Amino acid sequence: MALPPLDSPQWNSSWLAFGWGLRSVTQTILTLVLFATYLGIGALAHDTHFSLLWALCSTLFVWAGPAQIILITTLGSGATIIQSAIAVTVSAIRLFPMVVSVLPLMRTPTTKRRELFFAAHLTAVTLWVECHRFLPLVPRERRIAFVNGLGFGLVSVCLTANTVGYFLAANLTQTLGAAILMLTPLSFLFSTARNSREAADVVALTLGVLLYPLAAKMNSGVDILVSGLAAGTIAYGVHWWREVRA
Amino acid sequence: MSYAQLIGDWQALAVLFVAGVVPNQIWRMLGLWFGGGLDEGSELLVWVRAVATAILAGVIAQIVVEPPGALASVPDALRYGAVGAGLVVFLLTRRSIFAGVVTGEVFMLAGKWWLG
Repeated sequence: MALPPLDSPQWNSSWLAFGWGLRSVTQTILTLVLFATYLGIGALAHDTHFSLLWALCSTLFVWAGPAQIILITTLGSGATIIQSAIAVTVSAIRLFPMVVSVLPLMRTPTTKRRELFFAAHLTAVTLWVECHRFLPLVPRERRIAFVNGLGFGLVSVCLTANTVGYFLAANLTQTLGAAILMLTPLSFLFSTARNSREAADVVALTLGVLLYPLAAKMNSGVDILVSGLAAGTIAYGVHWWREVRA
Repeated sequence: MSYAQLIGDWQALAVLFVAGVVPNQIWRMLGLWFGGGLDEGSELLVWVRAVATAILAGVIAQIVVEPPGALASVPDALRYGAVGAGLVVFLLTRRSIFAGVVTGEVFMLAGKWWLG
């Protein structure tokens, strides 16, 4: 499936654009990875004695794989609500710069903030990566509808995966469980690397991975924030230096 | 499947909102608040995107270095090796996400099988 050209009548209404976004779910390998990841989250929720409704609500309202995994494993291992909340919020800090960087791609001069609400909620690593790939092929005034369709499709896939995983959990061996959990770092790493076009992106990704274990030695509770700010700022320095020289 | 398994109690759902939904969502809503006014080509946005990428990199590293749940049963060397093997194949296949993920998974599963 290819998206219609920018001037096609296929983009004439928001509902058509929503439909194209929905269909684009089939155009990315990340959908398969998400399915497997949320299968794992469903199984993890079952094994940690959370209800199916709880697992589905976490997918619908949290909508961030690592935060959900962290929430379930910390609560399951007896952490307090405060400890879990801190661990979740630190992992979620990345959503702030992600939303800030993705919304300008779909905004027009007349766009109101509330029209971007669902796009902001749906923003997580998969949508962030796919927006950079798909949105240049979508007329600007239809981008919000397209993103809502894409996000709606991805959430539906993940809710289905949660349910399947929840019922399969009893039959899942430890090795298979480990393999599913390993999907998250692998797919996040390669999808972000694939999205890296500028030297600054590569520096941010590489340094971000390498600096985390160092920052973790401080055990500050906000280690990811420390290594992320440091690596991101160095990467920006590289970008700035190259611009100045050019 | 019992009522408790399907629906559960409302306390657990309340915990989900307090410990999961609010601490996570607050960053998106802040992003919506600030992102409303930023220009697509601005220098600030370049920095913001670099920080987003680096924080995501930290989340990736955290899962591999301090593995959750069943992943903790896999030896350190196997997890690091899986990422390394996946990365090599990803680069050799001109950035195929699929090839990279499959290689990493196969490396880890084969290693676990070999170690017994």
